[in-house]
Amino acid sequence: MIYWELFLAFFIPNIIGYGGGPAIIPLIEAEVVGRYGWMGAQQFAETLALGNALPSPIATKMAGYVGYDVAGAGGALAAVFATVVPSLLLMLGALGLLYRHRDSPRVKRMSQWVRPVIAMMMAWLTWSFLSEGLDSAGWVHTVLIGAVAAIALMRFRTHPAFVVLAALIYGGLFLG
Amino acid sequence: MTADKGTRLSALFWAFTRIGLLGFGGGPAMIPLIQQEVVKRHAWLDDDEFADILAIGNTLPGPIATKMPGYIGYRVAGIAGCAAAVIAVILPMILAMVALLGIFTRYQDVAWIRGMGQAVVPVVMVMMAQLTLDFWNKSRLALGWIVSLIMASVAGVLIYVLGIHPGWIIGGLLAAALLRPTSPGKEASR
Repeated sequence: MIYWELFLAFFIPNIIGYGGGPAIIPLIEAEVVGRYGWMGAQQFAETLALGNALPSPIATKMAGYVGYDVAGAGGALAAVFATVVPSLLLMLGALGLLYRHRDSPRVKRMSQWVRPVIAMMMAWLTWSFLSEGLDSAGWVHTVLIGAVAAIALMRFRTHPAFVVLAALIYGGLFLG
Repeated sequence: MTADKGTRLSALFWAFTRIGLLGFGGGPAMIPLIQQEVVKRHAWLDDDEFADILAIGNTLPGPIATKMPGYIGYRVAGIAGCAAAVIAVILPMILAMVALLGIFTRYQDVAWIRGMGQAVVPVVMVMMAQLTLDFWNKSRLALGWIVSLIMASVAGVLIYVLGIHPGWIIGGLLAAALLRPTSPGKEASR
């Protein structure tokens, strides 16, 4: 059943996604693009680009949109529910227990041990976006847009929303 | 009593709507905004409680920017408060995503709109490269580059060569991190 699949596709990344907010992005990609094939790399990249340009948490925006795209409002509800409710229930239910262990070295170790795996998955995702770009926009545009975006984001710390907007304008004018 | 609860619910709703609309840069970037509303403006929590809730939230998986509103909403106005706070943070931008991407998908066949979609892919690639670097650096600082590289390579082979679901690998690591005893000497050196 599609709602159950959507629930699982967002429950798993959110329940194992330790190591910082964006850690869930490659995990969601593994489900949505890799396992269930609901989206291609291009559509996932577009969703991520808009998600990064808008405020509020990325996890719920991705869940809401992917869920809606796959199975309408009910799908959005299933995916967002899976993202928000399990960890919130844990927090409300086990507050005392968690409070005692909040500075535990084991808890710190959890994020630390997961990070290299997430870094690997992020590198893989970077690579798949690169090959998608080379396929669709061609290498000249990919290198040009990529280089300008890298300079803007890393050197000048431009807000991602402006970089995405600039790419949209460039694409509308030169890639049509 | 009911009027009072109504007031609290609407205060929660608007506080977290503001947080959701101003929270650019994802969950962790929203923490100072939450503190501003919850501690400074409404005094629902004091600074120490806020720090504790944040620390507890960080011991759990899942987005921090829904766990904190959910917990704070629950403390202020029960289940309804929890729902009001979470919905206020996430709903406006989910609707914006659905609307904007819906328009985009609908006119996908128009050449210049397709061009816009293509041009965004290299930007997302750069963002992902940035995140890769960030996670790699954090990992290197905590575990050293040799351990990080070995772990990343082994995970890469398991996931992309052998096709094992990443959930098994990460779940296994989380269980090991939680269950394996910590050596006192190592803890002291950290």
